[in-house]
Amino acid sequence: MTTKRRAGPRLSKLATGIAGFDQLSRGGLPRNRTSLIMGGPGTGKTVFALQTLVNAAQKRKQRGIFVAFEEAPNEIFANAAAFGWPLSALARSGVFFLDARLSPTVVQSGEFELTGMLAVLEAKRRQLGATWIVLDGIDVLLALLRNSGAEMREIYRVRDWLARIGLTAIVTAKLDGDSSQTMNYGFMQFMVDCVIRFDRRLEQGVPLRRLEITKYRGSDFSAGEYPLSFDSHGMAVAAPTLADIRPKASAERVSTGFRGLDSMLGGGLFRGSTTLVTGAPGTSKTTLAGQFAARACRRAERTLFVSFDEGGERIRRNLTSVGIDLDAHVRSGLLRMYSSPTDGNDPEEHLIRIAALILDHQPRCVVIDPLSAIARTGALSSARAAGNRLLSKIRDRNITAFITSLVDGDDPQAEATELQISTIADTWIHLSYLVRGGERNRALTIVKSRGTAHSNQVRELVLSAKGPALVDVYSAGGEVLMGTLRWEKEAEERTRKLQRHAQYSQKRRELQLAEGDITARIAALQVDLDRQRAELALYARDDEARQTSSEEWESDLRRMRSVIAPATVSPESRKGRIPRISVNSSANGEEEPQRGP
Amino acid sequence: MARKGKKPPAAGPPVTTVIVMRLYVAGKAPNSIKAIANLRAICRRYLKDGYKLEIIDVCEHPRRALSDGVIVTPNLAKLSPGPASSVIGNLGDTDSVLAALGLQAGDIVE
Repeated sequence: MTTKRRAGPRLSKLATGIAGFDQLSRGGLPRNRTSLIMGGPGTGKTVFALQTLVNAAQKRKQRGIFVAFEEAPNEIFANAAAFGWPLSALARSGVFFLDARLSPTVVQSGEFELTGMLAVLEAKRRQLGATWIVLDGIDVLLALLRNSGAEMREIYRVRDWLARIGLTAIVTAKLDGDSSQTMNYGFMQFMVDCVIRFDRRLEQGVPLRRLEITKYRGSDFSAGEYPLSFDSHGMAVAAPTLADIRPKASAERVSTGFRGLDSMLGGGLFRGSTTLVTGAPGTSKTTLAGQFAARACRRAERTLFVSFDEGGERIRRNLTSVGIDLDAHVRSGLLRMYSSPTDGNDPEEHLIRIAALILDHQPRCVVIDPLSAIARTGALSSARAAGNRLLSKIRDRNITAFITSLVDGDDPQAEATELQISTIADTWIHLSYLVRGGERNRALTIVKSRGTAHSNQVRELVLSAKGPALVDVYSAGGEVLMGTLRWEKEAEERTRKLQRHAQYSQKRRELQLAEGDITARIAALQVDLDRQRAELALYARDDEARQTSSEEWESDLRRMRSVIAPATVSPESRKGRIPRISVNSSANGEEEPQRGP
Repeated sequence: MARKGKKPPAAGPPVTTVIVMRLYVAGKAPNSIKAIANLRAICRRYLKDGYKLEIIDVCEHPRRALSDGVIVTPNLAKLSPGPASSVIGNLGDTDSVLAALGLQAGDIVE
């Protein structure tokens, strides 16, 4: 009573322990009620029931009864051994197996009922103290009634019995396209509290396994089909991750390996974000991814490189040719390369393998190249679902992901009709070829980048043995210039620069020359000036000398003549008579002969 | 305990073999009651006293049913003479019951 009150109006449930299923069903199967598992042969119905029993017995010490209408317990044990379940050991302690197959020699005569069997099981339940019961393949027995009315009656009998004795039941039944069967099990679906449909189908040659809860009386559940996968531990359902357990968004930036790209993205990619790189074949998506991986390893971050359809060794060789060396990182164990062919595989299987690798390698960065390969075979819708779930798994672990996707043609929007990764990617980079001037050049555009003021410019990706690099492109007349055109433009720019430089030098030289000329002229004038000054000085001295000498000469003359008056002497003749003044001697010398006689 | 059927008297008619059978029923379930009636009628008509029948109610003896591998009721098991065979259902189809017992419709003991 107290437990009932505590549980309130909510249905009490028993966990199946099957990864994903308990999330979808919000806790497992309804306690003391009947759950119907429907599906064609080989869809995993028996595995689901067995795994639930094994989990309950091993983890919660709940005992169970397994009634096998279709398969021999020996066969069931053998199948369970493949999942590592110790059924024969469990059969001795917690799980009772009842071989409820009718011998092939049994003759049928008229109607029968399940009353006796239920009495037997009830006794067993009391003896064992069982919580669970599985009626596996009950349709095999009911089909013998050959009467849908009788079948319905027996189903009712089973349900009432289950409700009365308080067992949590899993009833499995094959569901084919067969109309009469479908009718009965349709009725059965009304009757039970929980209906789970298993499905296995081929979509374009790829087997897909799915599970769907079609009904859960009194409980919320995740509607829709969810992928089922099988590995060495049993089955797992790919349940969607609940949004509230997502890790907090990081503000840490992680380099893409290209300084140019980092700056376009405002400093790099956010830690834990998902980057999608789309492009046509040969647009260097792998190179971009390789550079990202190499940079991550250089930061000593564990990295997983998943390549589809191309071997890891081949990829490493190709990347080495463009200057990206991954070998060293593989040797150091930082980088794990995994490659897988995609033909004929369910996308879900890739998902499971990659998830296992992530668990094993614990990477901080993951590259998947190209994710679009999983959509190549099989159905697009399942590939989409698998791709999206893989990315959310990666995101939940706060792993920075670099995903490439092949798109046809130059239109990045083509991706939107393919895997539809672009809607969940944080950053979307598109690589394309631009054909201009008879060349194809690789162009990089950022289509979107959440939470980042990103550049909307187009850059050119240039590959060389020294490594890939992003270079600015020129836009001229509304067109982006790349490759040779860019080179030409650059050359033109260089030439113009050279010309400008040359012109400048020339002008400079001219000016320097002019300056030199003027300086020279100034020097020459200075010389003249000096000469003039010197001459002036000499002249002044000469005049003085002449003044004194003429006085002396006069007095001498007077002395010689004693009587001659000084007024008779002309100034010219006196001047020419002074040979000591040498500077003007020649000029005066010319005059002298005229004056001499 | 098991309800015993008719035992062949010591001075029996010229029946060379005695058929030993066991009928598993589930309490008062309709088909179980029908099966007992149908089997009795068959025995009266075809076997006279040349048979041994044990009727087991699995509701009372579930462990016995379990160890005998009985799943559905009613279930008629012919134990001897060999080969052993079993018939499930209310035994309404006399021909198939007779065939399972190794008899033919013409073998009326009268």
